Amino acid sequence: MSDVKVVGFVCRLCALISSDLGPPADVTIKIETVELPCAGKVDGRLLLEAFEKGADAVFVAGCPEHECMNVKGSSRARKRLEHIKEMLDQVGVGGDRLVMYNVSGTHGPRFAQIARDMAGLLEKLGPSPLRPGRPRKETSQAI
Amino acid sequence: MIVAEIKPIEEIAEAIKGAKKVLVAGCGGCVTVCLSGGQKETDIMASALRMKMKVDGQPLEIETATYERQCDPEYVIRFKEHLQDVDAVVSMACGVGVQFMAENYPEIIFVPGQNTKFAGAAIEHGIWEERCMLCGECVLAKTGGVCPVIRCSKSLMNGPCGGSQNGVCEISKDTPCAWQLIYDRLKGQGRLDMMTEVLPAKNWSKNRDGGPRKIVREDVRL
Repeated sequence: MSDVKVVGFVCRLCALISSDLGPPADVTIKIETVELPCAGKVDGRLLLEAFEKGADAVFVAGCPEHECMNVKGSSRARKRLEHIKEMLDQVGVGGDRLVMYNVSGTHGPRFAQIARDMAGLLEKLGPSPLRPGRPRKETSQAI
Repeated sequence: MIVAEIKPIEEIAEAIKGAKKVLVAGCGGCVTVCLSGGQKETDIMASALRMKMKVDGQPLEIETATYERQCDPEYVIRFKEHLQDVDAVVSMACGVGVQFMAENYPEIIFVPGQNTKFAGAAIEHGIWEERCMLCGECVLAKTGGVCPVIRCSKSLMNGPCGGSQNGVCEISKDTPCAWQLIYDRLKGQGRLDMMTEVLPAKNWSKNRDGGPRKIVREDVRL
């Protein structure tokens, strides 16, 4: 599972600070973080693009909703994720691969826990169906 | 504006099955305003379709292009350069745009990316509500600017029915009685006497019962 890739869109006001320590040593998955000025900046296009470019799972980490620096950024991000999760289900990638976390900037171990959670999630789900070599569904009929 | 919502991806994918290259065509008009078919939604649709077709073992090349409107010839012609070698187009416009594009490029397969719902207004960000039935003969001057044709569930032209209770329509507690709204509006304007004017039976020949309608403005024709 060490070749799997996780992309995390992290709010620089909270989760990015708590990610300073990086993933714990027992987590071998690769996590790429993308800094956002606020979780509310996250956009459906970004999330889908991450999957298209090879992410096996994607997470967004914003402030706890009642502590969001921009008041509604985290809750807006959560709603956008819900919409994109439905779309991922429809396209067969699976909405479970997209996860929202709420992280306080003063809680470093929480980011370590996110890394472990994502590793556990991918252990369960396996690599993205978009990866080469994954079994394909049978198709037929020309337009 | 015309309000639409995106079709399920499965339905669109089924319609373009077998295609090798597809153009997802966005529209910068109404569907951009109602956040369902503008450039951003077009990019999302393209991404979703690419993933869906790849997962299904039918990788697909997708291009995107968005111009102001798909219901005007001067913008429709701009799509031409994107159509050279595509097998199908997923149009993110309303039903008008899809048809107008299809008329202009009859050799191309057009697939609607949206279900066109109604003519409505954005009453809040993210909430759209029907406001006009396009009946062809507007009575808003006589009803305080509230349309009984579309906002009354029975399209009554003279006052509420027995299903109006406490200002709410019997179909749902979330649907205000149009005639209560009309009464309140006219009362607020000191024009309650207008409620006593009997509106004649609606002339539905101005509606689409006579087939597709057409407006010809000789003064602006070229």
